[in-house]
Order: sequence, then C-alpha cells, then structure tokens
Amino acid sequence: MQRTRKEILPGVYLTGLQTDKFKTGLITISFLTRLNRENAAMNALIPSVLRRGTVRHPDMDALAARLDGLYGARLEPIVRKLGEIQCVGFWADFVDGAYLPENAGADQLEQITELLGEVILAPNTRGGLLRPEYVEGEKEKLLECIRGRVNDKIEYSRCRLTELMCQTEAYGVDTLGTEDTAENIRYDALTKRYKALLSTSPVEIFYCGREDFDRVAQAMTRALDALPRGEIDYDMGTDIRMNALEDHVRVYTETMDVEQGKLAIGYRLGSCMEEPDMAAIHVMNSVFGSGVTSKLFMNVRERLHLCYFASSGVDVYKGLMYVISGIDPQNYETALEEIDRQLQDMRDGNITEEELSSAKLTLVSDLRSVTESAAQLEGFWLGQNLRGLDYGPEELAALVEMVTREDVVNVASGIECDMVYFLRDEEDEHE
Amino acid sequence: MNKTEYASLGEVLYTGTLPNGLQIRVLPKPGFSRRYAVFATNYGGADRRFILNGQSVDTPAGVAHYLEHKMFDTPEGDALMKMSATGANLNAFTSTSMTAYHFDCTEQFEENLKTLLSFVSIPYFTEESVEKERGIIGQEIRMCEDSPDYAIYMDLMRLLFAGGPLRDSVAGTVESIAQITPQVLYDCHKVFYHPCNMALCVVGDVDPEQVERLAGEMLTAETAVPPGRDYGPEEGLEPTDSYHERVMEVSAPQFLAGLKLGPHGRGPEELRDRLTGSLALRCLCGRSSPLYLRLYAEGLLNDTFDYSIEQAAGQSILSLGGESRSWQTVLEGLNEALERVAAGGVDEALFQRQKRASIGGHIRALNNFYSMAVVQAEGCFVGYQPLDIVSVLNTITCQDVSGWLTDHLAGRRMAVSVIKPKED
Repeated sequence: MQRTRKEILPGVYLTGLQTDKFKTGLITISFLTRLNRENAAMNALIPSVLRRGTVRHPDMDALAARLDGLYGARLEPIVRKLGEIQCVGFWADFVDGAYLPENAGADQLEQITELLGEVILAPNTRGGLLRPEYVEGEKEKLLECIRGRVNDKIEYSRCRLTELMCQTEAYGVDTLGTEDTAENIRYDALTKRYKALLSTSPVEIFYCGREDFDRVAQAMTRALDALPRGEIDYDMGTDIRMNALEDHVRVYTETMDVEQGKLAIGYRLGSCMEEPDMAAIHVMNSVFGSGVTSKLFMNVRERLHLCYFASSGVDVYKGLMYVISGIDPQNYETALEEIDRQLQDMRDGNITEEELSSAKLTLVSDLRSVTESAAQLEGFWLGQNLRGLDYGPEELAALVEMVTREDVVNVASGIECDMVYFLRDEEDEHE
Repeated sequence: MNKTEYASLGEVLYTGTLPNGLQIRVLPKPGFSRRYAVFATNYGGADRRFILNGQSVDTPAGVAHYLEHKMFDTPEGDALMKMSATGANLNAFTSTSMTAYHFDCTEQFEENLKTLLSFVSIPYFTEESVEKERGIIGQEIRMCEDSPDYAIYMDLMRLLFAGGPLRDSVAGTVESIAQITPQVLYDCHKVFYHPCNMALCVVGDVDPEQVERLAGEMLTAETAVPPGRDYGPEEGLEPTDSYHERVMEVSAPQFLAGLKLGPHGRGPEELRDRLTGSLALRCLCGRSSPLYLRLYAEGLLNDTFDYSIEQAAGQSILSLGGESRSWQTVLEGLNEALERVAAGGVDEALFQRQKRASIGGHIRALNNFYSMAVVQAEGCFVGYQPLDIVSVLNTITCQDVSGWLTDHLAGRRMAVSVIKPKED
C-alpha cells in the first residue's frame, strides 16, 4: 500500500493511499479549526448547509439524483474533534469503476471530486449569502441532533462527563457545539464564518483507492482551484491538563427516568503525557478496561456480576481516560470501589503474563488490520497528520509488541481520577 | 467443495454440505490478514415452541439468548479467554431467527476455528454457572429497556401480533429468564445445535478445503433432521391494535409505523421478492426519494428516519419511522405517494436511478467481511445466495416495483407506535 503526502495548494495537504483492496474509493476533506464555544456550532453547521444545494445542483433533490446516478456514491458532512481541534468537512465514497458496467465508472473519481469542490466552493446562495431557509432548516436539524444526545443514555453519560470534567477547557465543548450557541446562529454571521473557515483553515484531504496519487492530486487541485487562501492558522493544538481540577474527585449525579444507572468516570492520564509513549498508553488501556481479558471485564462483570458492560477508553490527544458502565444504582459504591481497586492493582504492577500478552496481541492484531478498512485508515492518518507523526499502523503494532509490564505501570502510576458522573433514576434517591 | 466465480463482483465462493447436514460457505480473500468465521444455528428468540421426541415443548422467552451466553463455558475454562490469548475477537449475537458465534483474527486461524467449532457444539454448564449469568443478563435487559429504539420496536410488535413469540424480546424479561434452568438449556442445545440446523461461513485468506476438513473432524458424523417449530396460529394481515404511545426521556417525538406483509417464502423467489420490496421502499421513501426530501426540507423528518423489511417467525414485517413532530403528516404523505403509484406507477427515471444506487450499495457492502459472513449464514437458512443480489436486482423492473407497492401497501393502514418526550 503506497502512501504519498503532498501540499497540493497552500495549506492543503493530500494523503493518498493507493490500494486495490477495496471495492470503493474513499475521499475525506477536513478543515481544521480551533475548538471553542463561540464557533463550534457554526463550524458544525457549515457542511450541512453547503450540502443543501449548489449553483449547479440547487437543492437536495438535484444532488440526490446526481449521486444516485453515480451508482449511489455518497457525499456527506463529517464533524469530529481530535483533542481541541475541530475537523469539519465531507466524506465521499463511490464504487470503483472496475466493478461497474463498462464505460460507467471510468471517471468516478473526477466526477466525485468535481462535485465535492462544487459543494464546498459554489453553494446555492442568495445575494452571495448562504440561503436563510437552508441555514434555518439545518440549524433545526443540528439542534435536534444536540438535544438527541439524551436518547442514548450511555453516550449521553460520556458526553456529560466530558462537558463537566473539562468545563474550564476548550475540550469541554461538544463536537457539535452547544444548544444555546446553535440557537443563536444567523445566516449572515454563518456566511462570514464559512468564508473565514475556507481561507484560514489548514486542510487535510485523504484518499484511499485504486487511483494513483498524481491523478488524485490533479483532480483535487482542479476541484479546489477557487479555494480562497488567506493567512492560515497553523497555531492550534491541544492543551493537556496533567492533574485533576480540584484536590478531591468531583462527583456529579444526574437523575432521569432510567431503568439502569450509567456510571462514567473521567481520569487525567497525567505525567505520561509529557512525552507520550502511545504504544504503552494503548496497552495500559487494554489491560485495564478494553476487551474481554481486561481487568474491568474480568472483575466487575465476570467475578462480581455487577454489570453487562464496563470498559475504558483513552483520548491520546487530550490525555484522558474514561470508564463507562451500566449498573444497578444500589451497586454504585461497590462498582466504584472495584474499578478503583483494579486501577490501583495495575499501578502496583499486579498484571499477569496472560493479561499483558492478550492485551498486546489483541492490539497488535487490531492495528495490523487497520490497513484492511478504508475508514480506519482514514481515522488513523488524520490523527497522525494532526500530530505531525508519520509512522503507520504496522509500526505502531511493532512498538506495542515491545511494551513491558514496567511501561504499563509507569503510565498507570500517573493516572488521576478527576470526576465521577452518575446518571440514575429518581425513585430510590434516598435509599 | 463447489466453486462459483462472480467475476463482475471480483468474488469467488466455495459451497459445500457435510454428510451431517452442516452447510459451509467460504469466500477466500487472498492478501488480507484478518479472517472472519461465523458458526450459526438456525435458532433465535422466536423459536420458543418446538417438537422434541414427538412432544411439543414450550420454553420461556430468552432461552436462545441465555444459551448463547452460556455456550462460552467449557470444561477447560472460558472460550473467550482461550481465543483472546491469540489476539482474536470472539463474540456472539442472538436475533429473532438465529444465534451466531463469530470470531476474527490475524493469527492462528485454524486453532481458533477448532475452538469455535468445539465450544459451540459441546454444552457445559452447571446450576452454579447458569445462576451466575442471571445477573449479567438482567443488566443487559435493563440496558435495552433504556433504549428508545428497542421500546418503540417492541411496542410495534405487540400492536401487530395478538400472540406468538414476536411479542417478547429476544433476551426475554427479568421474570422470564428466572425460569431458565440448566435442563432447559441442554434440551434446546440438543434440538437446535445439530449441524443439520447450522452453517459455517468463513471470509478471509483461507483454504476452503481445509475449513471443510476441520469441520468434518470436529463435529458429529451423526445425521439428524432439523427440528420442527411452532409459531402459533396464523393471524392474518390485520394488526391486533392500531396505536400505542409511551413516554420516555427522549428529546423529540418518535414514531415507528408498520404492517405485516404475510408469511415469507424460501429460496431465490424469496430473495427476489425481498429485493423488490426494498427497492420499492427506496423509491417511495428512501433518502433520495422526492417524499423524504420534501418532508426533510419541511422539517418533518431528519436523518433518523429509516425503513426495513424484516423476516421473523415465518412472517415478513415492514416498518418505517424516526423522529417527527407529526407522524400523521408523514403517513399522509406516504399514502398520497402510494395513491399516485397506484394510479400511474413509479416514475421510470426515479426507478432507474434508485436501482443504480441500490446496485452500488450492494457492491459497497462487499467491503465488510464480517457482515458478508453473517449474510452468508442467513442465506443458508433462507435458501438463497447473497452474491446473486446484484444480478437479481438487474432483472427487477419498474412494473415489478409499482406492483409490489400496490399489492402490499396501497389502501392498507399501518399500526403506529409512538414515544413522546417526558414533559418537565
């Protein structure tokens, strides 16, 4: 799999992976901008408004007909946050010409990149401003999405934990922004934000598919030819907090009409983030709470039967770890104690050979097959590019293989619990 | 094994059936390091009443799922741990109509395949181990009960069916699983986990003959006949009730409308009928249909909207829904669109582009090896070959689709299940 990376326009970087492993091609384009409360909702809204219509395809019906005609190619908004950088843009995938009837798919790539350029640069405007009805319509959808977080109680608990734990940090702002800022968006201010985003954001483009790099670079350069480029804001990154906010663990309980309590615990990874050893951090997480051989699964679920799921995850950009579990509210104390005991156990080096080796083997195996999914490759390389790293998943796998028990203990020893968030029912509050 | 080439899709398929009745499907993927295997039984949450030694046996809701949880126990310990030690991911799921055990790995595929075949075919549980699982499954049930998608779906099933197993969830309830004993689990394993009722599907860089050989060595050589099941008396197409609402902690009102399409068939005709139905719904209310786009622009639908045709307990069931502040307006729009189809058929240009998009979507789905393995297992149980989908789609006409909509939907009233947000 050939990887090439090049600046194709000022501040616009294309990463291309040439491979015939997949039946579809994938392109993503991400405009990188600082995550902050003021702009997050506007940034998140922009791609959806652009997706409503262009000069040549004035509404969604016209765009839909065009994409259907390209054998169901998809071109959709995508909004992510990596640490304190908000990445907004589009992803597109399309069936490779090799699997389409003759003459139907020879220029799928050019057709898609052209449409992508059109959506980004030539929206259907009114007097040069984003159309108020499109902005209002998509604003409602964004609000539905933000409010809709509550529908999935597990995901909601994790969002609330992040929001509350990092309330003094940019990271506390949700990927889609906040309800109050979204409500106040107007089409004129949004147009201004759109222009600023185009001209000042560094841009990461990713392609994975059969075509060679030069052909992709040419198609993308042509599609983005009219992209205005002003002074590009490269000075963005993630502020990593090493310790908990207060000298005691903050506890926040929220009540709702739920059948099962949802426990979400947030930790700072701490000192290991000074010179992060990514491989060791991932192995630590895997030993602690990711997968069926982890300490959380083996103890909280299998030994004590307190839950159906209890797992941990890390955000290596921000230096955070979180644990999520669904429990009976009356087991709250027991679950907290057990999770804490397992963390302490790891800090004390009580890690069996089996725990360490299964954690590493699973990670290595997962990393090796990142190259077998276009979407995983995209996520992996966006992360690497944002951090200026250039090793691939296979190399990270090799690093994981060399992680020792001592490395895991070193990472674990700096971890500090910052907040416990608990979502539970109202009835037996006073038990 | 028999080899079939699907040149235009770039796929090669090996099929075979062991003397004991096990169906095997292998899709070799040279050059890929991760290999996927699914070992599934044609036994799901809906298979509650069956014939054992000439007697009709009733089992509580949730047995198939409970059994799935307990199959991982072996005399040597937990199969999950054994496989994880090789870096493999092992898991399982139970739906209304099947229980599937699956793993994927990059190393030691054959060892892992042997482990899979062994633990799924040899039950090993005790009073104590069965008891221990009750708390974990209880929490899984509670987790599902917090999901609006689950609640709205179960409410719809109870509107559609007066009796039968589809009124209960696959995992059962905390009360129903209280009745499950080791003996019930052993009985159900004996009836449903014979190779004649199972399928083994592998996608990855493997030798098909070797997969077949291993399965032959590991599994019983005895033959048997697949068990008979009883889903209760035929109920007809009318729903038992037309509307149900409940209040939950959700952000906006949601609806799920549905109707029974009647008993489903088997084999290639069933595949063609299902694809015709899906394409028809795509033309009627899919993401790029005029109706959806109009309702989207009017703020009456958002991208939570979806539709499906599902086969369960011998029945085909259509459902559609999502968030909407007025499900009535959505259903009115749907009925108007259906009246237009009844009068003049589906627009030919709309049909052609939807068909193209559907073909593209099915080609895209070939990228997902795990779901290909699962779909192959479904194909074994319903008697069709999923790799035929694109060629079958090519034969479906605009008249077929218009006819399907008119025959199945025109003039019929859907049952509607609604969730309203809790008022503060």
